[in-house]
Amino acid sequence: MNYAMAATELVAPRKAPPAKRMPILKVLFGDMLSALLTLGAVAVILSLLPAFRWAVTDAVWLTDDPSACRSGGACWAFIEAKFRFIMFGLYPPGEQWRPATVIALLLGMTLISLSPALWGRKLVYVWAAAVCAMLTLMWGGFAGLSHVSTAKWGGLPVTLLLALLSLGLGFPFAILLALGRRSSLPILRLLSVGLIETVRGLPLVGLLFVASILLPLLLPPELDIDKLGRTLAALTVFSAAYLAEVLRGGLQAIPPGQVEAAQALGIPHWKAIRHIVLPQAIQKVIPPLTNTAIVMVKNTSLVIIVGVFDMLSAGRSAAMDPLWPGPYTEAYLFVGVIYFSICVGISYYARWLELRVKAKDYR
Amino acid sequence: MLSTLLDNRHVRSVALQVLLLVGFASLLYWLWSNTAENLTARGIHVGFEYLHRQANFPISESVLPYDPSDTFGWAYLVGLTNTAAISLLAIVASTIFGLFIALIRLARNPLASGMAASFVGGVRNMPLIVQLLFWYALATTLLPAPKQAFNPFPGIYLSLRGLYVPSVSLGPYGFAFLVASAALAMTFWRFRQSLPWILRGVSAAGTTLGMFILGTIALEPSVNLPELKGFNFAGGMRLSPEFAALMLGLIIYTSVFISEVVRGGIEAVSRGQSEAGRALGLSERQTMFRIIVPQALRVIIPPMTSQYLSTVKNTTLALAVGYPELGLVVGTVINQTGQAIESIAILLSVFLTISIAVSFFMNWYNARVALVTR
Repeated sequence: MNYAMAATELVAPRKAPPAKRMPILKVLFGDMLSALLTLGAVAVILSLLPAFRWAVTDAVWLTDDPSACRSGGACWAFIEAKFRFIMFGLYPPGEQWRPATVIALLLGMTLISLSPALWGRKLVYVWAAAVCAMLTLMWGGFAGLSHVSTAKWGGLPVTLLLALLSLGLGFPFAILLALGRRSSLPILRLLSVGLIETVRGLPLVGLLFVASILLPLLLPPELDIDKLGRTLAALTVFSAAYLAEVLRGGLQAIPPGQVEAAQALGIPHWKAIRHIVLPQAIQKVIPPLTNTAIVMVKNTSLVIIVGVFDMLSAGRSAAMDPLWPGPYTEAYLFVGVIYFSICVGISYYARWLELRVKAKDYR
Repeated sequence: MLSTLLDNRHVRSVALQVLLLVGFASLLYWLWSNTAENLTARGIHVGFEYLHRQANFPISESVLPYDPSDTFGWAYLVGLTNTAAISLLAIVASTIFGLFIALIRLARNPLASGMAASFVGGVRNMPLIVQLLFWYALATTLLPAPKQAFNPFPGIYLSLRGLYVPSVSLGPYGFAFLVASAALAMTFWRFRQSLPWILRGVSAAGTTLGMFILGTIALEPSVNLPELKGFNFAGGMRLSPEFAALMLGLIIYTSVFISEVVRGGIEAVSRGQSEAGRALGLSERQTMFRIIVPQALRVIIPPMTSQYLSTVKNTTLALAVGYPELGLVVGTVINQTGQAIESIAILLSVFLTISIAVSFFMNWYNARVALVTR
């Protein structure tokens, strides 16, 4: 009976108070600081007007005549004329469907891999097969496809392949290095720490110098790796060191009880690491891993310094064409926007993944 | 017998490590013998004697005086000081600018914080080298000729020839005076708590006045304004397009990352801390500097260190715009002499030394500010 009474006396849940909406004027000019900030922001916008005029109103959008670009505005017609060159570099024009297919394949594979439901061993194999297919397609020399040496590869496929391969090849090494760093064997630990910290202490430019200038001296003359391969080696070592540190964070977050439980169940140490510790550790560090992926996409642009023909390099050479009035600014802006969209795409995806993981944790 | 030995954990770990060491050593030996073979085949002589030879190449701008008749060793040193100078300038400027961006982003004004956020998003998602090349292209192609130079403030001219600013030259005792006043200020700051406030105020005012008078005499600051003469500027200080583009790009890129670090640190201090401070009757300033900032610093310092370190490493990208820092000098020396091994070894060891030194310092500092739990 008491319960019943209590039930009748329960107060009905109140509605949440309506969200307080500040009038826009109060938000922008409510106090001294706000007003100052608003005025500052307006001043910045006004000072950007000349840039807007250059990029939009005064710009030359469509023309076949390069001299029309001497008017002072941005020359977007140049991007249109040189689009294929910036995308594919020196790849023979008749064969450019090959790098185009590579880009399409990469996009398709990325779209397929977006959903975590499909993640697994099979997907890794599919990716490996796809990357091999892309490389052979670019390389050619079979079934009537002419051989195109890596010296002629260029543009966006080179940028994307360098990023993808350096991360993909670096990842297994990173796992070994991270495990080595946390190993109880002192020599193994010392070697891993030494390698990781040395690479992380060096600028990537230094590593690229080593790869492009020193590597031919360090290896026997029979082992002749071309410039693109050497650059990829430097990028791989670099990404392995950084990925190893990220993975170490994940390994540290796994409570020791996991390994102890595996031991109690009689599972051999290596199997416990492979099937129990590593999957959990990797899952924990997916957000920082995507961060490293963004960093590596940006870092591939440094290969311009050792003369590899990536997208940035292609943009710069395109602007060197004497027919056009040196539209370097436009070329770099365009290339920058492509990098920007790739990186922003990855980071939005990472945010979505993180939310998903969080939602899963609370279930 | 063998299987029992292999099952022994201790034996196994020792065997594994010996194997590892042997493998590593033989890898090094293999690389070394390849190199020796390649060097004799190409007739390259390895050694550091070339450091004493005359360099014979120009360095466009430098902190230390340099002339092509100087030695290669001096050229490296000039490159190194240039690296140090741009690193230091970039770090100081981006810390200030980054703090500023972080505060704007945290402000409650949606227009300002939204603009700051889009600035951060735009800058951090583009490679630094693209930004450097962009600024350099802007500085060398889109700026007006000297005759139509931008003149935003009196004495500052921006044109294709670079940025001209007024130069201030110090008198004969200028440097000694600056050092002395810094020392005095630090002593004063150290003992500020032990003086009664009225004495503190009087002594501070007195010292400042004295320093000011002394300063105008000792420094004899002579301000030299640039002015247009014919087709170029005379007087003042010229910042080359390379330097200007490099500094602008580096500072913008770094400060965006620093602003993210600072924002993360401030947001990591829970709201309850400032509320508790207020409840205890602390003033707004006390809450900020005694409660929020020390706790935020603890979060901020480790990522800030790695930002500073990557800024030092990022200066090597100056290569792309042609500012003569250590990387560019090393590249030039390799082209001139073919002494690739020595040059790259110098480049790598300089950066390794800096990285190791900074991380030791930061570990020490981190231990000092770390949370002491009892």
